[in-house]
Amino acid sequence: MLSNELKQQVQYVDVLVIGAGPAGMAAAIAAREAGVENLLVLEREEHMGGILRQCIHNGFGLHRFKEELTGPEYAQRDIDKVQELGIEVRCGTTVLSVDEHRFVTAISKEKGVQLFEAGAVVLAMGCRERPRGALGTPGSRCAGVYSAGTAQKFVNLEGYMPGKRVVILGSGDIGLIMARRMTLQGAKVLACVEIMPYSGGLNRNIVQCLEDYDIPLLLSHTVVDIEGKDRLSGITIAEVDEKRNPIPGTEQHFDCDTLLLSVGLIPENELTQQAGVELSPATQGAVVDDNLQTSKEGIFACGNVLHVHDLVDFVSAESFRAGKAAAAYVQGKKRQGRFVEMKDGNGVRGVVPQRLMIPEGETEPVQVMFRPAAVYENATVVLTAGGKEIMRQRKRIFTPGEMAELTLKPEAIRQIESDTVTVDILA
Amino acid sequence: MERQITCINCPVGCRLQVTIENGQVTRVEGHGCKRGETYAHQECIAPARMVTAAVPVADRNIPVSVKTRTPIPKEKIFACMKQLAVLSLKAPVYMGDVVLSDVCDTGVDVIATKTVE
Ligand SMILES: Cc1cc2nc3c(=O)[nH]c(=O)nc-3n(C[C@H](O)[C@H](O)[C@H](O)COP(=O)(O)OP(=O)(O)OC[C@H]3O[C@@H](n4cnc5c(N)ncnc54)[C@H](O)[C@@H]3O)c2cc1C
Ligand code: SF4
Repeated sequence: MLSNELKQQVQYVDVLVIGAGPAGMAAAIAAREAGVENLLVLEREEHMGGILRQCIHNGFGLHRFKEELTGPEYAQRDIDKVQELGIEVRCGTTVLSVDEHRFVTAISKEKGVQLFEAGAVVLAMGCRERPRGALGTPGSRCAGVYSAGTAQKFVNLEGYMPGKRVVILGSGDIGLIMARRMTLQGAKVLACVEIMPYSGGLNRNIVQCLEDYDIPLLLSHTVVDIEGKDRLSGITIAEVDEKRNPIPGTEQHFDCDTLLLSVGLIPENELTQQAGVELSPATQGAVVDDNLQTSKEGIFACGNVLHVHDLVDFVSAESFRAGKAAAAYVQGKKRQGRFVEMKDGNGVRGVVPQRLMIPEGETEPVQVMFRPAAVYENATVVLTAGGKEIMRQRKRIFTPGEMAELTLKPEAIRQIESDTVTVDILA
Repeated sequence: MERQITCINCPVGCRLQVTIENGQVTRVEGHGCKRGETYAHQECIAPARMVTAAVPVADRNIPVSVKTRTPIPKEKIFACMKQLAVLSLKAPVYMGDVVLSDVCDTGVDVIATKTVE
């Protein structure tokens, strides 16, 4: 229970957005455009923009703006809009807790601890990189081993080069982008080593970041030893079998002073968990309905905190919907209907949304996203409800490196009579 | 001459076999659609790339990010980086400012993609 003194300090906000990356900014813009006046965004860093601030390469905004922008330029468009709409953003303010009643605590240097009660909360905290510890890479714990995103921050935001001879472990997009960045800024990138038989990154990044600079991509290989006392001096890699175990006799040694790890991202969900929101083991983000509402009423999630996206354009699109839904919620526009579960079927991981409302009134199209579990060529994605096929779509290729997206049309939604819909990829 | 390239226009990533004779693309094979053919012509005759970089700003401890306004010939990427490395920029630099004009005789300007005040 709060003392009366504390109660007086609680600020009531209609829609409170946590995080001012592209997701949080889009959600706030949509909420304001839907008529929410009492709106506040809290951001831990001193600037808006999130991870885009350090992504100085081009390739953002092709879908949304039909233009190829760099990360900072893409972010600036939203920052300008946020300012134009007069949305209040408190930077340098870290959210410490959120509970299921949407009571939020935050802290900043200037204002100290701040307490809020929100009509709706939008979670937009983004994701973070998987650290080395979570990987179990062997060998000594010397300096010179960084996550690719940390190296990106050093080079692009702080102007500091982490090393001269570099090996990249993992072929996710950040690793590929950093292979090119390190090369351009004067380092020698010896190889990009990937344990899986396919790359986790986009095709265009493999061509423009590795092939352009003759950097070898070694698929089905992993690091088996890391050498060096204080500073990294070399690594040994080896080929792996189908079970991802190193094959003896295939070892190769590289002299290098830097190893960058690009081995995946995990949604940043400490706050989400505190609020008692149900998480999905497949996405490691919240379980949401087609309105991006979590299992706790009035708490919404969007962007990389919900599921790791490849393209910021889709982050923005999803987050506009979340902001709009949060606005409708505080404005008392309740939807009536029944929920069905969306389930991962064959070849499908992490379908979002996990719940779909079959509304009583008008039915709107719903965007469904998922990650293919493997590479499938000329395959068909099929949605079935209680043994009845409600939709199918053919695609030339599905790859785990590329989030798949489809639009479930109102006609299809109205055909659903069962309690579950399963999404399968048929080869 | 025969060249193998990967089409980057969509996730399929078709492997294209391109035949080049006298500086002309005479044959493209392996493309899943028409866009691959167009790409093969462009990529084999005049490959171009956008260049982005982080450039130091004097008296500031943070660099400014920059880009070429349009793609430049691929073979000039490193020459462009060299010119950028010796630039001495002074704050303030505003997003959109030209930091280097006509880089390496390409006719293309390098502009700031963020503001450093
Ligand atoms: C290295 C890298 C390269 C990429 N390259 C591309 C590309 O080429 N093209 C493309 O389209 N997309 C790319 N992306 C993807 C795109 O940048 C992301 O999908 C997008 O930035 C995600 O937006 P977000 O708002 O969900 O998360 P973020 O951008 O991570 O923003 C989250 C924000 O929340 C704040 N926050 C977190 N916790 C708290 C808290 N407790 N209190 C207050 N604030 C908090 C953070 O400080 C941050 O500002 C890349 C991503 C990365 C990481
Ligand atoms: S040729 Fe067509 S199908 Fe093949 S990768 Fe290029 S755009 Fe895609």
